[in-house]
Amino acid sequence: MVQARTTRGRWLAAVCLVSVASLVLTGCVQSQRGRHPAAGRGGGTLTFGLEGQPKVFDPFYAADGPTFVVTHQLFNNLVTFKPGTTELTGELASGYEISPDGLSYTFHLRKGVTFTDGTGFDATTVCKNFARWYGQTGAGQAEAVSQYWVDNVGGFSDGKMPSLYSSCAVQDPSTAIVRVSRTSSQFLELLAEAPFAIQSPTAMDAGHANDVRRQGGSFTFPPYSSTPVGTGPFKLFRDDVTNKTIELVRNDGYWGDKAKLDKLVFKVIGDETVRKQELQSGGIDGYDLPSPADWAPLETDGYQVLKRPAFDLLYLGLGQKNNPALRELKVRQAIAYAINRRQLVKTQLPEGALVATQFQPSSVDGYANDVRAYDYDPVKARQLLAEAGKPNLTVNFYWPSEVTRPYMPSPHDIYTAITNDLRAAGITVNAVTRPWNGGYLAALDQGSADLFLLGWFGDIPVTANWSGQFFGDPDNRFGTGNSPWGQQLANMLRRADADPDPARRTSDYQDINRKIMAEYLPGVPLAHSPPAIVFKKNVTGFVPSPMTSSEESYGPVSVS
Amino acid sequence: MLRYTLRRLGQMTLVLLALSLLIFVWLHALPGGPVSALLGERATPEAARTLTSQLGLDQPLYVQYVRFLLSALSGNFGASIGVQPGIPVTQVFLERFPATVELTVCAITLAVAVGIPLGYVAARRRGGLLDTLSIIGSLISVAIPVFFLAFLLKYVFAVKLGVLPNSGRQDAIDATRVTGFFVLDGILTQEWDAVLNSLEHLVLPAIALAAVPFSVIFRITRAAVLDVQDENYVRTAESKGLTGAVISRRHVLRNAMLPVATTIGLQAGALLAGAVLTERVFNFPGIGDALALGFQQRDYPLLELLILVAAVVYMAINLVVDLSYGMIDPRVRAG
Repeated sequence: MVQARTTRGRWLAAVCLVSVASLVLTGCVQSQRGRHPAAGRGGGTLTFGLEGQPKVFDPFYAADGPTFVVTHQLFNNLVTFKPGTTELTGELASGYEISPDGLSYTFHLRKGVTFTDGTGFDATTVCKNFARWYGQTGAGQAEAVSQYWVDNVGGFSDGKMPSLYSSCAVQDPSTAIVRVSRTSSQFLELLAEAPFAIQSPTAMDAGHANDVRRQGGSFTFPPYSSTPVGTGPFKLFRDDVTNKTIELVRNDGYWGDKAKLDKLVFKVIGDETVRKQELQSGGIDGYDLPSPADWAPLETDGYQVLKRPAFDLLYLGLGQKNNPALRELKVRQAIAYAINRRQLVKTQLPEGALVATQFQPSSVDGYANDVRAYDYDPVKARQLLAEAGKPNLTVNFYWPSEVTRPYMPSPHDIYTAITNDLRAAGITVNAVTRPWNGGYLAALDQGSADLFLLGWFGDIPVTANWSGQFFGDPDNRFGTGNSPWGQQLANMLRRADADPDPARRTSDYQDINRKIMAEYLPGVPLAHSPPAIVFKKNVTGFVPSPMTSSEESYGPVSVS
Repeated sequence: MLRYTLRRLGQMTLVLLALSLLIFVWLHALPGGPVSALLGERATPEAARTLTSQLGLDQPLYVQYVRFLLSALSGNFGASIGVQPGIPVTQVFLERFPATVELTVCAITLAVAVGIPLGYVAARRRGGLLDTLSIIGSLISVAIPVFFLAFLLKYVFAVKLGVLPNSGRQDAIDATRVTGFFVLDGILTQEWDAVLNSLEHLVLPAIALAAVPFSVIFRITRAAVLDVQDENYVRTAESKGLTGAVISRRHVLRNAMLPVATTIGLQAGALLAGAVLTERVFNFPGIGDALALGFQQRDYPLLELLILVAAVVYMAINLVVDLSYGMIDPRVRAG
């Protein structure tokens, strides 16, 4: 009895202690709600399902889609693409001129623009941004950190590597002159890309924006990279990593048409099925890249599935490094003739997909209408193989598992369709499959694959960003360096890129595209697929861009 | 007791050291790597080589391991490469740990709160309808794969009926963050809607995660109670004229709890494994979700830390279980 009473006493004491502690604790932490002024003004909130966690909010140090979706709402660039098109237009620059030699760009800047921290925008801020990009030191120069600059512009102010950028001068507060070291077809378009958004110099100085450090096998970023300051229609309110949400609020001081939404929430949902269910259960108002198989059911259920113009490419790479037979043009042509691309597009790719005739879509400058076509012809394929002395061709065909890409919804099905075609033409195919991040891409980098499936999302509508990326260096995944024309093709691409005369450049690129398809054929372009984005019926004002989410603004979007 | 605890802690350190080497070698032996994950289609062979060298991945493995170990011993496990690049992995862990703790505590509480009473009652009414039904129920819940149950729960309660949230920890309701434990934060700041919202988000994942431990705890409790209730000391207690309630509590349940406590400990550890699937399906930003993402992106530093921490938690729970024997059974204490 005594023991029972003691036990009960202990319990009572514990309950009292917990109750008192709770009472004391509940009073000691202040709620921090209602801190953002734009909330609750009737514009509503849109919640969008983002496919991954943005890596870093300083776009200059980013290279991933999710980061650019967010930063495109926070920042403006000097130039941009007209909504829904690939046509370049001014943004923070109301106009621009290029000198006849193509080495100097004069930007006439918009007046009355301020950053969300109150800093004024003028030519000095533009040049400070260029100086910041060009002046990266130490870890800031790493490929993994300043990827877009390194890949497209080159080196930094220390001169260790050649750089496309040369200098920026303030002519007057509303005119900045940027000089480049050589003519380039893509410099202006590059400036429309997310990493080259104009950021507040005051905030960058205060947050030590350039203080990137190497730590073991990785890099750490300074405080600024989580508190970016731009001139865009929204500003960052909170990056709630613990809840996988990024909350943006309207920038009431925006220089252009003010955003209609009060709040824009990005909810990170990695899995496509979960995104779909979240839309159906009402947790989000839209998400990007719904699986093509879901387009029709979603539309039937009353959602808007907006299909963008195709601005990507699926191709079959023909690797020349390991298989000498593939260094013969006739063998590569035989493979192209053996594949029924029309059927492939019809059965394996989303509605609206097109057969690719060359390594770029028609909306990219330099597209040629009269390239050599490879219409399905298995008899001709056998004949070419016989002429090349390879009637019993054997190839290792690599295809990726554990991945779907907008240009490649089901790698296995695409692989199967192509393999059946190749076998029908008498080619022996050995399948090799590796997980996308588990050895597939690494195998392609090492040149291990004879045939491989891969694709590309265009960043900008310039050939240099397509064929230039694929074949601009003979040391590439196709192994074009193993053929005498590999270097020649790279040189031609470089020359065309450097031509200051736009008309001549277009004609040069058309010639290159004709040559690639007729004389070189480093791979077989297969298809361009239109990526989609889905919204609830009550979401209006969204303009889909061919260049997808990194060029799409939520400024004009509203929910009713 | 102190010496025993210290010896166990010493053993744990050795195990962790060996484990760290194993994980390191194993992770680096996996095909692919962070370079492909970071560069994707964009990579050119040259860019891939440059990045490999910049990340130090071209160094001999033992050099990389020694560098990692020295740095880890000073508490620095490096920065994440893929999941949240640039953020120290210890910070990533701390940001996500509360989510997993909230989820596993809810799941294990649910499993214990339902499993033990049901097991006890089923044993006391052996062969009855309740016993039969609960055995069938426990068989089903252990047999259904966690991810399937999770999908099923989501589909029914979130997508079709719309009564519970589909995924995540909380809606964007501007809740104040204090400790990272959302329920606790809501209580501390008196944001009661935030508490309710977090609890709603916990219901489905907690049920999915609790299914297996519930079933195991139920069955062990039932078996243990069946064993104990025929023991001589129970009959002695009955013949002494003690009431049914006192016999149940003090003699049957208490003695039956020994194997149950072990089971709870093991199950709590195993929940971490279940959490990987459950958190992925419910997009619940905890350790399991980070682990899955880490594997996808070959985030070596993050994976190394998370697996080591999982091992520590597993060992710590077992140590606590072993020590708790002393509290439940005085004979262990005496020994």
